[in-house]
Amino acid sequence: MATLDSKIPSGPLADKWRKHKIDIKLVNPANKRKYHVVVVGAGLAGASAAASLADLGYQVTCVVFHDSPRRAHSIAAQGGINAAKNYQNDGDSVYRLFYDTIKGGDYRAREANVHRLAEVSVNIIDQCAALGVPFAREYGGLLANRSFGGAQVSRTFYARGQTGQQLLLGAYSSLSRCVGQGTVKLVTQHEMNDLVVVDGHAKGIIARDLKTGKLARIAADAVILATGGYGNVFNLSTYARGSNTTAIWRAYKRGACFANPCYTQIHPTCIPVSGDYQSKLTLMSESLRNDGRIWVPKNKADVKKAPAAIPEADRDYFLERIYPSFGNLAPRDVSSRAAKRMCDEGRGVGETGLGVYLDFADAIQRYGKQAAARANLHDATAEKILELGEAAVAERYGNLFDIYKEITDESAYKQPMRIYPAVHYTMGGLWVDYNLMSNVPGLFVLGEANFSDHGANRLGASALMQGLADGFFVVPYTIGDYLAGQKPGSRPSTDHAAFAAAEKNVAELILRLLSIKGKEPVAHYHKRLGKIMWDHCGMSRTKEGLTRAIAEIQALKKEFWSNVNIPGSAESLNQALEKAGRVADFIELGELMCRDALTREESCGGHFREEYQHPDGECLRDDVNFAHVAAWEFQGEGNPPLRNIEPLNYETVKMSVRSYK
Amino acid sequence: MVATAHSAPSSTPISITLRVWRQAGPNQSGKFVEYPAKNLNPNMSFLEMLDVVNDGLEAKGEEPIAFAHDCREGICGTCSLVINGKPHGPHRGIASCQTYMRSFNDGDVIVVEPYRAKPFPVIRDLITDRSAFDAIQQAGGFITVRPGSAPDANAIPVPKDNADLAMDAAQCIGCGACVAACKNASAMLFVSAKVGHLGLLPQGQAERDSRVLNMVAKMDELGFGNCTNQYECSAACPKLISHDFIARMNRDYLGATFRQAFKPKSNAAGGGA
Repeated sequence: MATLDSKIPSGPLADKWRKHKIDIKLVNPANKRKYHVVVVGAGLAGASAAASLADLGYQVTCVVFHDSPRRAHSIAAQGGINAAKNYQNDGDSVYRLFYDTIKGGDYRAREANVHRLAEVSVNIIDQCAALGVPFAREYGGLLANRSFGGAQVSRTFYARGQTGQQLLLGAYSSLSRCVGQGTVKLVTQHEMNDLVVVDGHAKGIIARDLKTGKLARIAADAVILATGGYGNVFNLSTYARGSNTTAIWRAYKRGACFANPCYTQIHPTCIPVSGDYQSKLTLMSESLRNDGRIWVPKNKADVKKAPAAIPEADRDYFLERIYPSFGNLAPRDVSSRAAKRMCDEGRGVGETGLGVYLDFADAIQRYGKQAAARANLHDATAEKILELGEAAVAERYGNLFDIYKEITDESAYKQPMRIYPAVHYTMGGLWVDYNLMSNVPGLFVLGEANFSDHGANRLGASALMQGLADGFFVVPYTIGDYLAGQKPGSRPSTDHAAFAAAEKNVAELILRLLSIKGKEPVAHYHKRLGKIMWDHCGMSRTKEGLTRAIAEIQALKKEFWSNVNIPGSAESLNQALEKAGRVADFIELGELMCRDALTREESCGGHFREEYQHPDGECLRDDVNFAHVAAWEFQGEGNPPLRNIEPLNYETVKMSVRSYK
Repeated sequence: MVATAHSAPSSTPISITLRVWRQAGPNQSGKFVEYPAKNLNPNMSFLEMLDVVNDGLEAKGEEPIAFAHDCREGICGTCSLVINGKPHGPHRGIASCQTYMRSFNDGDVIVVEPYRAKPFPVIRDLITDRSAFDAIQQAGGFITVRPGSAPDANAIPVPKDNADLAMDAAQCIGCGACVAACKNASAMLFVSAKVGHLGLLPQGQAERDSRVLNMVAKMDELGFGNCTNQYECSAACPKLISHDFIARMNRDYLGATFRQAFKPKSNAAGGGA
């Protein structure tokens, strides 16, 4: 059984991080250069960690499966990044950001981690502005903010609808500077296929060169995984097609505990599915809910009518009705489930009936009138107001409206968007302590790949915050505490038996996959897995459904390993083989997610069990029995995994019913 | 489009013939191979059409067409197809992944090739090696700031106009279509977008001269051609980045070269007590 010591510092919440930074061990500058750290992944967390550690003087190797670190999927985050700057003078503070995040996570995150996140959020904005991230600004030249779900203040910083891109390019520019200076060795188009554990410590990885198929052994004093989330287990999601669980899954199989795998975020505003060929669901940023109003027809009879033909009185602005104090900015899990309930009632719109409207008509009018007043056009025509209003909306969300038009061939300026919830983020991930180290010493896990900060639901604009917090401002301190206990020069050579064994393990797996030569392409199994997961482990879950899903996934796994067809060889670029390895891992992870969802007999955040709900359909938590982290431990092929528990002790906040009404 | 247009776009299936560049590896000769693609929903994306063709090939045990892709929403810059002779296909201001089959007609023959530019060698089929772009970034595409040493973000106001213009340039997705579209395989639009973005901000001034000199030197060293001001790059750019940034970079470069020649240099060797 794994030892799960969270290492949360003692003392008052607001002093924990400051105190911890004083208490943890340091590595002196002359010794730093003797340690080698391998960072897997170069999204916000990986790139910022690699650059920060190199700047401190460590030797760093950064391994990415993309052809360039700039492709990491952090790049696709649209809306923004939260920080407790209180530049708007609207009552924000570190405590309020902490509280909103804890409550947003439905009281299933660690208090100490979340408070630290809120504390360093302000440094992130400073750092990124200094790196030249072109954040939106007001006319006076100072930074602009907007609001995001689950908050009643404006604390979200943004760069049009491409905040993730701009932040990632900021982190990438730091990484590039280090590569140019020779302080980071960048290894692209290499996928981590195994973790090497020597005497219980993570001391390296096996990475496959995706261009040549060669397996590389990389030895290190510590390993950092910043490899993102695993939402592609659902096949259809807002993730990039290449996003995968392989690095963290293979680490799980080497002993790292996987925490809360069932906590999945379903984002309320995505473009609905249109056909079975579909490879990807596209997000429409939560920022749209600042100005867009979500509604469905009051009457089932109206669902096929053109939206403009439905009079105001026959529309149900259901988020504003059910959650008057947060309205359209209710958190993601709450908004998604509300949309699902409307569609389940038969009031969903669009061809499939799985859609709700996101309407900008009011915003266009409001902005149009404001713009007319600014321009002293006191007798502006309705047409002029419409024109000015559309221009104002375009300035804020133009690129999102363009994306919507490309995909649906409809203009959201002229008619409401149709949206539906889709898989967007995974709060679960490898278990880490307060130092972001997993239960395998020397293995650190950052960003979406770990489980620590978002509890059972993540608030919008908090993923970018967490990725950069972990990489820029947490792991550079905490990794020293581990490395100071490792003798400089003690890292094993790549000739060590553990490296040979891990490499053999990978080579055999690849050979097994290639030798199946069945009848179906990999995509066939990914689609079937995705359907099982969406039907039974998606927005709502039941004991019966999850039990069935586990059996179906086990059968699917057998079929995959006997009937998949992977052409080509292991010695060249082989995209079918890459996909096969990832889907094989997704199948196993899918089963674990269902087990986790089945065992957690309560509803919280993104995890909704139909058996546990309030009469109004809201989540019914069970703090007596489930106020804990479930950290699953691999027990060998064919054996059920072990469920370890880390209790969540709340010292400051009182766990209460999470209400946005 | 009018407000009453509620009907979904046409979904009458179409069939096309793909003429695709197949090349087993770097330094090997390649050739065009034809594949029929039948009964396609016009609302599927171009890449989803390739997925369908590839699934068919894989099921038969044939090697799928290798193509680069990832986010499939036009932001990661991975996809890089030349469709009917145009980088990213027939439409302006979008990436290959945002091209939909409704842009084509039933019976069309569609030619799909990799980027053709010496600094971007073919790795396999439609995938090219664009690491040269990373090398240019590493030569100077950054502002040097160690974490922990930044002043308060609002301590440095940036005029909104400059911030907006910097953002226009910063939108570059690093896809390389500008290079593929240029008869000289010039990287001027890519380099000038980064130089323009950082040079427009007060934070980027300290390294402004060294940045443009080093990035241009690296660009030349890697074999990218010269700019002859025909702006095919801007036309092919999925983010429609303006060639005005090339003019801006030329000004920066000239000024930096001049200052470099006459600026007194300190003898201090760094360090200190």
